[in-house]
Amino acid sequence: MSGALLAWRQFRFERRLFWRNPSAAFFNFMLPLAFLLLVASVFARGDREQLDVLVPGIAGMAVMSTTFTALAFNITFLREQGILKRMRGTPVPAGSYLGGLLASSVMNAAVQVLLVVAIGHWVYGLPWPREPLALAAFTALGVLVFGALGVAFSHAIPNFDSAPAYVNAVFLPAIFISGVFYSASALPGPLEALAAVLPLKHVIDGLAGAIVTGQGPLELPTATLTLLAWAAAGLALAAWSFRWE
Amino acid sequence: MTDTAIAVRDLRKSYGSVEAVRGVSFEVARGEVFGLLGPNGAGKTTTVEILEGHRRRSGGVVRVLGHDPERAEPELRRRLGIVLQGGGFYPRVRVREAVAHFAAMYPSPRDPSETISLVGLEGKEEAFARELSGGQRRRLDLALALVGDPELVFLDEPTTGFDPAARRTAWTAMRSLRELGKTVLLTTHYLEEAQALADRVAIVKDGVLVAQGAPGELGAGRDRYRVSYRSNGSRAEHETDDPTTLLHRLTAEALARGERLEGLEVNRPTLEDVYLELTAEEPVR
Ligand SMILES: Nc1ncnc2c1ncn2[C@@H]1O[C@H](COP(=O)(O)OP(=O)(O)O)[C@@H](O)[C@H]1O
Ligand SMILES: [Mg+2]
Repeated sequence: MSGALLAWRQFRFERRLFWRNPSAAFFNFMLPLAFLLLVASVFARGDREQLDVLVPGIAGMAVMSTTFTALAFNITFLREQGILKRMRGTPVPAGSYLGGLLASSVMNAAVQVLLVVAIGHWVYGLPWPREPLALAAFTALGVLVFGALGVAFSHAIPNFDSAPAYVNAVFLPAIFISGVFYSASALPGPLEALAAVLPLKHVIDGLAGAIVTGQGPLELPTATLTLLAWAAAGLALAAWSFRWE
Repeated sequence: MTDTAIAVRDLRKSYGSVEAVRGVSFEVARGEVFGLLGPNGAGKTTTVEILEGHRRRSGGVVRVLGHDPERAEPELRRRLGIVLQGGGFYPRVRVREAVAHFAAMYPSPRDPSETISLVGLEGKEEAFARELSGGQRRRLDLALALVGDPELVFLDEPTTGFDPAARRTAWTAMRSLRELGKTVLLTTHYLEEAQALADRVAIVKDGVLVAQGAPGELGAGRDRYRVSYRSNGSRAEHETDDPTTLLHRLTAEALARGERLEGLEVNRPTLEDVYLELTAEEPVR
């Protein structure tokens, strides 16, 4: 049986399971969309300038929650339950199993970004993204960075019960300083400087370039290079720290 | 293809300064049910997980179906079925779905429905894993290990924590493995389980094998006899490897005193005696 077929089966299996866990599905899927609708309707009230910040911001937050948050939770759970170890005892190659698992997160991220953009267009009357390829490229970069960091971060989480505390200690500050709801340049200097070395702001800058200003990875070298550096560091950290049990 | 399924020579494993396995050697023939029997912390899980490829050994030579398990080759894993000591499962997966998903990982799996019946989970096909009782969960573990139709099955404490009735049911399922011609390596700290299921048993204590052989021979092979009788209202006991001489002396003395040896018994030690003696913290006697 080929590795690709096994990865595909695992992906299908993960998709089915995803929808069976209503609270995980809610936090992964509904929360960013709920934030978008709430903030856009209550605070932005159709103001174009604010929507141009909010739509890429929520899209970036969605990338982080579907990959970093979801994988940190998932891998902690799978490891604690012994499911990772059980899978390693089967003939499925590690790459196929983990590939199927990660692909399910990637799928969530892609669908979320599309939903956020579609809501921006159909509900709030924004134009379609100016650079669809750049949108795909920055989404992919964000997925790579936050997927790798999520896998690596699960190594630091001692058990599943404490996973929400650990994950939110990273996720909540990140979304508040990275310009999800308002432009990051409105923040006090030190916070802005912190956001500038962390990846989420750069994912959002890249998405904003693709959606709003029509800039691609080459026109946004700071975002692109910072994210590539985080991707390299994240992948190395994930590979180094990954444990089956 | 050789007749040896598992060969272990001078296996060693240390965790930091803890030496969990200290030079263990044994062989398991194809088609044999081999039991590793020993108290908690003896090193059973460490040993089987090295054979399964889950842990790296510190020393020694290990062959499993002709492979070195440390290399984690899929060709070997296709031929193994593994029941881990503490394996959880996805709570929201149905029994049939889980067994079918695992079946699809193997080149020539067993029929999932038949496997579910084999472990005695028929009627539970549509139940979620989290709705199963502890015993049923363990049988799901067994089904997932068997559905790939493995040649060699590892069972690490398959019935720990079961009530006696659930244990009997599980034994029935495990006995069917022998009928299917599987090689089985079973660990347990229940003596009756080793006796009921294993063709050969090795007793492990503190990381060393202190005895091995067929459950019947383990007692007999030690050539110790226990002679006991009632004397002045209490039971007198003697152990010997030469019961003829001992009996001759005891009966002669009794006759000289004009007594009878009431309730005279001559016993070979049972596996239980051997087990208790070998695994006692301090030597008995
Ligand atoms: N991962 C580990 N790290 C450190 N020590 C361990 C680990 N696993 C087992 N041990 C120790 O090794 C010894 C043997 O354990 P184990 O193989 O689990 O025994 P058993 O399965 O017979 O109960 C015990 O002293 C145990 O505490
Ligand atoms: Mg054990």
